[in-house]
Amino acid sequence: MYARTLAWWTILRIGVEERLVYRGDFALATLMRFLPIVTQIFLWWAVFDSIGGVQAQANIVGYRFENVVAYYLLTMVSRAFSSMPGLASGIARQIRNGEIKKYLIQPMDMIGFLLLSRLAHKLAYYAVAMIPFAIVFFLCRGYFVDGWPDASTLAAFVASLVLSFLLGFFLETSIGLIGFWWLEVSSLLFVYMLLSYFLSGHMFPLDMLPAPWHYLVDVMPLKYLAYFPSAVFLGKVTGPDMVRELSIAAGWVVFFIVLSRVMYRLGVKRYSGFGG
Amino acid sequence: MAIIELRALSKSYRVYQKAEGLRASLRGLFRREYREVRAVRGIDLDVEQGEFVAFLGPNGAGKTTTLKLLSGVINPTAGEARVMGFVPWKRENAYRRRFALVMGQKNQLWWDLPAQESFRLHQQIYRIEPASYQATLDELTQLLDVRTLLKQPVRELSLGERMKMELIAALLHSPDVLFLDEPTIGLDVVAQHNIQQFLKFYQHRRRITILLTSHYMKDVGALCRRVVVIAQGQIRYDGSLSGIIDSFSGHKVVTLLLDQQQTANGFERFGQVLEFQPPKVKLRIERGAVPSTLAAILDQHAVLDVAVEDPPLEEVIAELFSQVDERYQQHAASGD
Repeated sequence: MYARTLAWWTILRIGVEERLVYRGDFALATLMRFLPIVTQIFLWWAVFDSIGGVQAQANIVGYRFENVVAYYLLTMVSRAFSSMPGLASGIARQIRNGEIKKYLIQPMDMIGFLLLSRLAHKLAYYAVAMIPFAIVFFLCRGYFVDGWPDASTLAAFVASLVLSFLLGFFLETSIGLIGFWWLEVSSLLFVYMLLSYFLSGHMFPLDMLPAPWHYLVDVMPLKYLAYFPSAVFLGKVTGPDMVRELSIAAGWVVFFIVLSRVMYRLGVKRYSGFGG
Repeated sequence: MAIIELRALSKSYRVYQKAEGLRASLRGLFRREYREVRAVRGIDLDVEQGEFVAFLGPNGAGKTTTLKLLSGVINPTAGEARVMGFVPWKRENAYRRRFALVMGQKNQLWWDLPAQESFRLHQQIYRIEPASYQATLDELTQLLDVRTLLKQPVRELSLGERMKMELIAALLHSPDVLFLDEPTIGLDVVAQHNIQQFLKFYQHRRRITILLTSHYMKDVGALCRRVVVIAQGQIRYDGSLSGIIDSFSGHKVVTLLLDQQQTANGFERFGQVLEFQPPKVKLRIERGAVPSTLAAILDQHAVLDVAVEDPPLEEVIAELFSQVDERYQQHAASGD
């Protein structure tokens, strides 16, 4: 057990170090995250302006301009946890060019290794991004009209972020592992990104959706990647709903953990049977 | 008991076949045609503990496939293999901690970080005791003379230096069996020599078992007493390197130094003239006919000096490969 923990720690440490090698790229990637949200805020500002002005209490399906901005800022936080740039395509690439052999030859679990590397990258990212995030949230504090949430909501928010990280990781890992069968997953990934953009709440708050749709979105995994943590923070999810939705998110995490394990096992079987 | 045992080991691949052109590409969308490639066709082999064995063979002969089977990356289509009592493709951790595979064309180290970071990770994954890790690392870095390079990112190392680091990474957990797939590919003569010297020394000292594939006869000549020639997925020869010449070359090269006064014509009747630069003549003569032919030459010509030699090894092996290839083509053409 101790040996395993030590190995995990080393993978984590090396992952952080690797991330810090390209300082320029790292800094740019950290700052660039803030760019799309600026354009989105301007877009919504224009929308609200056209229906009567930002100041004039105009509202779209229950959202005032301030609510929209607060929502997007929070979505940015949840996406910082759940987005996994390069994970699925990286797995597919490793399968295609044979780097996957490393995990077959060495006494090392690929999914565990990738999880720790990803965790390391995220930690390095948060450590640095904390400052600009804090500045942005401070400057935009006026948009959070309901103030700071209470401790239990905050705890649920943290839990939802952890779940969104795990869900994002295992979901994208499963997509990447399709590479054992297809070799090229970029088109599939594109479709996933597109769906995710709409159905995770990245593009608009999902509670804007009319009746039959939000039931569907509720049980799908994507909403737990971006919308759900933001909704928790804004106090939109309470009581039994909170328990139910946290359970659904946890259920999806378990589902994708199992799925990725099964896929890896079958994929390796196929790889070692046909390819190599 | 042999440390590596292969029994009737076979591996076939399915390879997608596509005719030229767009129409064939479209057809390929719906119906794919596959051809079965029998990369390894029934190999039997025993390797004893402490042997250093070379796999020789033309490209696509099945050498690398065999190493992949032995390291458990792929499953065989048929047959059995045991390495140190383990079935490789079960990929048990107990087995994986006791062998290593180094591929000359693949990089296993973290590209952007110094090699020592990768080594540290290996220490953890292979559960190497800190004291023995340090001792092994010191020994290997000293032997390979890379101590000063440990802190340099791997991407900034030369190919030769990187290969040394790959070897260290592979040997840190003191494997009992080492598979080397073209470890000196692309290296210059000096780097090749360094790697050879190291492997020779290390193998001798630790008495580990090594299987090596290489295209460089120098590697093989310097390192391995036992050579296994693989072609078309089968073992064609198993024995000493010099034995290849005896088994596969039916001729000798006879060099004559003629007296200046001699007319140097008419040597064609003794054998194939390889080189004709009077007063020197080089002939290729059937092995069995060497004594009688030589007697006839000496009888009819004034000869100052004679040298009878084996043809160069590279030549014999090239010939062997092409023979095997021809035989295979005929075999294939006859409908099997």
